[in-house]
Amino acid sequence: MVERYVMSIDQGTTSTRCILFDHSGRLVAVAQREHRQHFPRPGWVEHDPVEIWRNLERIAPEALAQAGATPAQVAAVGIANQRETTVLWDRLTGAPVGRALVWQDTRTDALVEELSRAPGAGIVTERSGLPLATYFSAPRIRWTLDHVPGLRERAERGEVLFGTMESWLIWNLSGGVDGGVHVTDVTNASRTLLMDLKTLSWDEDLLAFFGIPRAMLPEIRSSTETYATARRIFPGVRIGAALGDQQAALFGQTCFSPGETKCTYGTGAFLLMNTGTTPVRSANGLLTTVGYKIGDEPAVYALEGSIAVTGALVQWFRDRLGLISTAPEIETLARTVEDNGGCYIVPAFSGLFAPHWRSEARGIIVGLTSYITKGHLARAVLEATGWQTREVVDAMNRDSGLSLRELKADGGMTADNLLMQFVADVLNVPVERPMVVETVSLGAAYAAGLAVGYWPDLQGLRRNWHRAARWVPSMDPRRRESEYDNWRRAVERTFDWAKPNKRD
Amino acid sequence: MPGPVQSIERAAAILRLLAGSSGRLGVGEIAQSLGLARGTAHGILRTLERVGFVEQDKASGKYQLGAALLHLGTSYLDVNELRSRAINWADALAARSGEAVRIGTLLDGRVLVVHHVFRPDDTLQALDVGSLLPLHATALGKALLAHDANAAACVRGVALEAFTRRTVTDARQLARALAQVRERGWAAEIEELSIGEAAIAAPIRGHGGLVVGAIGVSGAVERICDAQRVPAAKLVGFVRDAARAVSRDLGGSRW
Repeated sequence: MVERYVMSIDQGTTSTRCILFDHSGRLVAVAQREHRQHFPRPGWVEHDPVEIWRNLERIAPEALAQAGATPAQVAAVGIANQRETTVLWDRLTGAPVGRALVWQDTRTDALVEELSRAPGAGIVTERSGLPLATYFSAPRIRWTLDHVPGLRERAERGEVLFGTMESWLIWNLSGGVDGGVHVTDVTNASRTLLMDLKTLSWDEDLLAFFGIPRAMLPEIRSSTETYATARRIFPGVRIGAALGDQQAALFGQTCFSPGETKCTYGTGAFLLMNTGTTPVRSANGLLTTVGYKIGDEPAVYALEGSIAVTGALVQWFRDRLGLISTAPEIETLARTVEDNGGCYIVPAFSGLFAPHWRSEARGIIVGLTSYITKGHLARAVLEATGWQTREVVDAMNRDSGLSLRELKADGGMTADNLLMQFVADVLNVPVERPMVVETVSLGAAYAAGLAVGYWPDLQGLRRNWHRAARWVPSMDPRRRESEYDNWRRAVERTFDWAKPNKRD
Repeated sequence: MPGPVQSIERAAAILRLLAGSSGRLGVGEIAQSLGLARGTAHGILRTLERVGFVEQDKASGKYQLGAALLHLGTSYLDVNELRSRAINWADALAARSGEAVRIGTLLDGRVLVVHHVFRPDDTLQALDVGSLLPLHATALGKALLAHDANAAACVRGVALEAFTRRTVTDARQLARALAQVRERGWAAEIEELSIGEAAIAAPIRGHGGLVVGAIGVSGAVERICDAQRVPAAKLVGFVRDAARAVSRDLGGSRW
């Protein structure tokens, strides 16, 4: 039987999607299913790993049926997943230990606070490349070990396994209790706080620092290699790749050379810059992370900058202020005026992320005069995304010593022409949108196809990348500078606003 | 001559009632005021809600006039909304056809390009979103003219400009071409705007079948047309599939 397709599974925060791609990287079939978000207490966010597995059991056959394909026609499957979400499960029964603790979950804040004052806390950033924060997996594992009676002993005996979502799915696909393979890939392992970024292996000192038994950890493997052959859902299909979702988008955008950068614009935005085969430490508040590792080749690293609020500001404008009825109308409203009229909105709704990392900052609208209309506010909403991108790009250029030559953009907000033009204007580099906007899924498919020889090499993948649109900078340099200065002054005014809660 | 349609008369009465009311009205109140069965009133209200002419308050379940009624005189569908809803289908059309894709709407007697996807060969191309094209000399324009009475009114009695010697400038000839577009469900243009270029387009429909725009591909004549200078059947199929997919997303599913 001819292998016609590569399958990708994007296990995301709100849903799981299964997509089939053909040899030209074109999308052939899509099936998707949302899963429940559990919020048992303020700040707690959980997913049911069994529900996610069952969703996969439904959507994968659905995608195959849409394309009229059999598993035998699938060359390989690649998995991209929500990062840092933590699953613990019983090796003998296959049953999860409670629900998965999601990356947004902040129940570990007191624990993280305590750990950051403990001796040896300095090695966390030094070895893992990440700040000690609630965002990453290790504190969640520790929290669960502390809160479930008897769990630590079972974990030490190797009866309880830890994994991020890709580990959970691969273990189940490859047989579960009946010989399931317990692995993770370097990009996901690099988000745990437990991996040494240079050796790409679990670090004994970090394990000791967090008090996590080694026996529960998966084996760290490359992002592209055949981990196992599926024995369930699509028996016989090789499992050829796993990547964290943002790294998968970097791969799907074919950012294979140092300096190549992608930005995914969704509710928030994630910028990743390929920095080549040596990890670059950030002096500007960015994360150092593994971009991908192809088979036995050296790992490729990336700098990552995340912006908390981009599309979410448009949603706020729509749902809370009610000034527009659909998100795309923001562009229509913004085009009713020529410029921002001197008005700036800094959406520090829950503090500012990269490069500022000010958790006490809160959002502001500045420059209000009686001249300002809702059109100016709409401009300021879109411009906030542009300027936040500029700040992260500036930090990346400083850290990497590379300078951004173009930005590959994807995500829903790329449909907004005014915004994309503004991003090009403020970065002073061209912004490009690829023809396949599903870059996360495409990246996972590319990686899996590469692992099994469905695609020969990175050059072959590059040939599949096609430009759907390109925005060229056209802003007067003096105006760019004066507007950036205004933006920076606006950002300063958000600092030191929220006061620590007395009760804590 | 068919008689009046009862349900439309009733819908109009409901709208008048809501317009005259100072607050929101419940189904029961509406049914009582107009002497209708509750189920009948409810059915009409649901339909009116679907087209945006009434809105139901989530908390009280009562009805008021919808925002779409207030904007009845202006644009039916926001062009940025149209682009956002069509973007994936337009990308897929470009990938399948290998040609540049444009989506156009009617603006002041011309075609406004609201979305543009580059031909997927990575040559240097400029984004021409926002540019205006002539209605009578483009496939997008003809698809709009054929299905939109307002568009058709724009070119009536106007001297049609000749861009090439193939541009259709005779009103009767254009009318025949448009009749053919309506019959086939798609429009074409072969070297009518510029020498060596051809295009295929099909209408995008929203709720109730109203044409809200057109989507199409354009490129070199030898790629768009077959050896007989007839638009390639395969490309016509791709364009019509894309137009139907966008229409389905916009609620114009019966077309």
